[in-house]
Amino acid sequence: MGHSGNRRKFLATTVQSVGLTALGGLLWSGYTDAVKASPPVLRPPGALKEEDFLKACVKCGLCAEACRNRESNIDQETGKPRKSTLKMAKGGDHRLIGTPYFIARDVPCYMCEDIPCTAACPSGALDLARLSEKKGEPDINEARMGLAVVHKESCIAFWGLQCDACYRACPLLDEAITLEYQKNDRTGKHAFLLPVVHSDVCTGCGLCEKACVTEKAAIFVLPREYATGKAGDHYVKGWDEQDQRRVGNRKIEEIETRDVRSSQAPAEYLNKEIEF
Amino acid sequence: MALNRREFLKSAAAASAASAVGIAVPSSLEAAAQDAQKDWRWDKAACRFCGTGCGIMLATKNGRIVAVKGDPAAPVNRGLNCIKGYFNAKIMYGADRLKTPLLRMNDKGEFDKNGKFRPVSWKRAFDEMEKHAKKALKESGPEGVAVFASGQYTIMEGYAAQKMMKGGFRSNAIDPNARHCMASAVVGFYQTFGMDEPSGCYDDIEITDTIVTWGSNMAEMHPILWSRVTDRKLSDPDRVKVVNLQTYTHRTCDLGDFNIIFRPQTDLAIWNYIAREIVYRDKKGGGTEDIIDWDFVNKHMVFATGPVNIGYGMRRKGEKSLTPVRPDGSAGKYSAKEMETINKEMSKKVSELEAPALKPYGYKEGDTMKHNPGTLKHWEISFEEYKKSLEPYTLDYVAKLAKGDPNESLESFKKKLQDLANLYIEKDRKVVSFWTMGMNQHTRGTWDNTLSYNVHFLLNKQAKPGNGAFSLTGQPSACGTAREVGTFCHRLPADMMVKNPKHRAHVEKVWKIPAGTLNPVGNQHIMKIHRDIEDGVVKFAWVNVCNPYQDSASARHWIKAARKMDNFIVTSDGYPGISAMVSDLVLPSAMIYEKWGAYGNAERRTQHWRQQVLPVGDAMSDTWQWVEFSKRFTVKDLWGEYTLRNGKKLPNVIEDAKKMGYSEDTTMYEILFANDRAKKYKIDLNKFPQKGFDNTECLGDSRNVVGSDGKVFKGYGFMIHEYLWEEYAGFGRGHGHDLAPFEVYHKVRGLKWPVVDGKETQWRYNVKYDPYAAKANPGGDFAFYGPLAKALPKGDLRGVKDKKKTPIPNKAKIFARPYMDPPEMPDKEYDTWLCTGRVLEHWHSGTMTMRVPELYRAVPEALCYMHPDDAKKRGVKRGELVWVESRRGKVKARVETRGRNRPPQGLVFVPWFDEKVLINKVTLDATCPMSKQTDFKKCAVKIYKA
Repeated sequence: MGHSGNRRKFLATTVQSVGLTALGGLLWSGYTDAVKASPPVLRPPGALKEEDFLKACVKCGLCAEACRNRESNIDQETGKPRKSTLKMAKGGDHRLIGTPYFIARDVPCYMCEDIPCTAACPSGALDLARLSEKKGEPDINEARMGLAVVHKESCIAFWGLQCDACYRACPLLDEAITLEYQKNDRTGKHAFLLPVVHSDVCTGCGLCEKACVTEKAAIFVLPREYATGKAGDHYVKGWDEQDQRRVGNRKIEEIETRDVRSSQAPAEYLNKEIEF
Repeated sequence: MALNRREFLKSAAAASAASAVGIAVPSSLEAAAQDAQKDWRWDKAACRFCGTGCGIMLATKNGRIVAVKGDPAAPVNRGLNCIKGYFNAKIMYGADRLKTPLLRMNDKGEFDKNGKFRPVSWKRAFDEMEKHAKKALKESGPEGVAVFASGQYTIMEGYAAQKMMKGGFRSNAIDPNARHCMASAVVGFYQTFGMDEPSGCYDDIEITDTIVTWGSNMAEMHPILWSRVTDRKLSDPDRVKVVNLQTYTHRTCDLGDFNIIFRPQTDLAIWNYIAREIVYRDKKGGGTEDIIDWDFVNKHMVFATGPVNIGYGMRRKGEKSLTPVRPDGSAGKYSAKEMETINKEMSKKVSELEAPALKPYGYKEGDTMKHNPGTLKHWEISFEEYKKSLEPYTLDYVAKLAKGDPNESLESFKKKLQDLANLYIEKDRKVVSFWTMGMNQHTRGTWDNTLSYNVHFLLNKQAKPGNGAFSLTGQPSACGTAREVGTFCHRLPADMMVKNPKHRAHVEKVWKIPAGTLNPVGNQHIMKIHRDIEDGVVKFAWVNVCNPYQDSASARHWIKAARKMDNFIVTSDGYPGISAMVSDLVLPSAMIYEKWGAYGNAERRTQHWRQQVLPVGDAMSDTWQWVEFSKRFTVKDLWGEYTLRNGKKLPNVIEDAKKMGYSEDTTMYEILFANDRAKKYKIDLNKFPQKGFDNTECLGDSRNVVGSDGKVFKGYGFMIHEYLWEEYAGFGRGHGHDLAPFEVYHKVRGLKWPVVDGKETQWRYNVKYDPYAAKANPGGDFAFYGPLAKALPKGDLRGVKDKKKTPIPNKAKIFARPYMDPPEMPDKEYDTWLCTGRVLEHWHSGTMTMRVPELYRAVPEALCYMHPDDAKKRGVKRGELVWVESRRGKVKARVETRGRNRPPQGLVFVPWFDEKVLINKVTLDATCPMSKQTDFKKCAVKIYKA
């Protein structure tokens, strides 16, 4: 019963947003402008790059429906269905209306083994192939919804407290988050147990952010493009045989560099006189 | 260049991700902040939660606690806390604090067991309690009035409750939840040392080279101590070794050099394997090495053993609720399924697994072992007999018996056992063995505890800096209150016993009550109280600072008995929980920092604090509740003649009371609490430590709470906290339990007893550190001076041969104790082991921590931790709900296959903090038959999709 009720509700939301998109250019561009000012947004597992995702998503709501209708998703406290992870953006959500997203602090992604949301996508905006690259079959561990980052100043583990709630909440505990041990020189007899996120494993599910006990989470998930840097392709760690893979895609045509100094043709440069 | 909003957001996110930016606060803002905190008062206290005993500082403002910090001066934690400690300032302020007494009533305002809870006055509450306690006394005598007591009582609360129960009601039916957590450790201490509590202290961590944990998830349950262990490991990673033994992989394993996953219950065999290695490799044991410190052993040890056919502490045939036995196998209130396990209490067949271990004791496979009820009896044996008891524990036998992970190879497991034995044996290697509930909550918990000391004693690695077997305590005052004050059914303060006539006489003299008042029969331990309620004997029960209807195994029976039988259950608590829900009357209690108090931690450290704030609503402290209750009972109400269940008579002492100057109408309040000794402890608000602090019990307070007589409570007018403390402390002074004066504890960050000449004691029984040992053995090295069971008959592994008792002054004991199966093991139908325990985020039954929003959010429900292959076999996915069902009941829980706890195939772990997943409906109330402590770590369940 709950199933069909939820489905109805979801279809209604979807129709609403589809209706809005049909209203015409003026209104639509207004919404996209609002979206430009939107906060970093976390998409379901297997989502294409944000730019491509926005083009591909048909805003049908099937992923969110698949997410919220797990049979055992019952809150043991209330006996009612738990809030689902995926929401479909509505007006005022500051996300592109009708697209699926989640707020980890509110309801994180529980990383279902069968990945029903991605499987439900009819348009390829959520793509199981993106989750199948390592094993050849879909594996939720390959999801890269975002990346957890730690704000050291507010993380009480960095104060020396024994917390690690994020570490224990991590579904890939000891892989995506490990503990780094450091001596606490102030007390002389205790150790820091510090959470360290490994970006090559972290799926961005947000269970850590949900579990964090500080007032505003000291560990939180950001879309990967916000949370990651990138070292230059021209240098390989001499001590790491695997590192060459990182730069393997370096494009020959991009090898030539150009900056303010090198932009001038040699003759142009040489023909300048030097003061003496 | 201006940033547009989007770019700004991007860069802000990047900045916090990079985490390198320290935000400088402008100095003007800083000054404003300091002004805002000018009226904060900081004062020291102890953390509310575990037995580690961290020191904290609390800030109060306008009568509310506004902040907490770790106390940098506290030696245990030096300013640090775990996440429960981090929330000490928030635990008292959940929106659903109990603020007024609540009574089940009908529409006419009468008490009605089937009525709804409605608010009543304190006076009405005490009227009902008085009426029902008197009715219970009339119907069942003192055995009909019971208290579920606590290892979280303050020392003074526990002492007040104990005094009124044992001295007033003449009832020994007061037993703490500490029975569930420490009793096996206690009996282990009594049997081995003749005196309770550890010989060592936490300083061992910084000194030792080896930390071995047995059945202890220190990383989650004692996080601050674990950070000290981690620091020790970091200090010298090659030299310092950490080994963990448990039935499933958990967070403590992270630091282990290696970890041993064993089959539940077989830790008994592993300890014996290590002892066998020590003895059989030693020259005198037939080997070639010098391993045993014979000089130490000959001077300070005797060998001993006791009977093995002692049952499992379950209900016994003939008890009322097991009658009648029906042809279908059911009995009384117990189903045929339940009886399959309970019948083993009377007799069992010796199994293939345990037969080799029981051979030296005269049993072989297939024999019927008839059980007698558990006994503490033991006798001295020779070293040769002890050696004989170890013979079966070869590497082959133990490895086969104990390997707990079906996916580990026998070779790998054997190597770990050998490596572990070698670490213990290695000369000049210091070793500390820590354990918690894995060894205590065990149907052979007492044996397991004594086996640990065997290994340390044979090697002379006990009671020395950095060396020793150390029982970690679960609760904040399991040591300080439950054990030291003696709020157990069989104990009196300072290790005295109710069955010892000299001890009773001494207590009667100090309490100024007539000789013969105290009841010599103390057998109503916590499970017995539950069973006595179910049998209809206990008719009045009062729950203090605990949650026995959530924390006791076979919970369905006790809940049903409370709700459906003719009895009156009262629960005093800060928040409504399961015990309050099944009660008839609920009383609002002041919580920890709303009263003066003291706790004693696992290393014998006693810590006091002052009342920081007034209680919420009309809540009052448990001390106040006990003292007010005592006003309702007079000499003639309580001190007439009673016949106990066993036929023993408690004499009428009313005439003796009159000779002492009391009248028939003198109240227990006047005798036990507001007597001349008490009134010498004056209120002096100009003097430290009273100056500047609230004192609700002594002075009343600005809330003007209307008290038990219907009038505004104005206080007792004397310093009751100091009186209770000093009278209690008097029992231990001069007897090896010396505590410092009340005032001293308000100046220091706790002291480890015995405190002799103002100095605390780090290592007991060691002449260099312990003045009592120095006195007992001048010029020597050790004296194990504990006085209990210090004369033994002689015999062999099968029994006593010479009844004459030989004194063994200042000696400790090495016990022969075999491996035996638990009463319930997985079989075809119930094919999985169930283990319960805690998680770091929540304390016990969650009444406090589930009210801290951050902790609730972090861990909102108890999960069923399971091996992925076991889940697959049952067709369940992570996150789906399953039924966990035993012979006794079932609960629904969500499956987790890759979380913090990783069981081997064939075992599941379900924590017990969550009343939504009331796992104690499933667990078995089998206990160690000697300590009566429940084994929450093993029973058999089946798991299927819900």
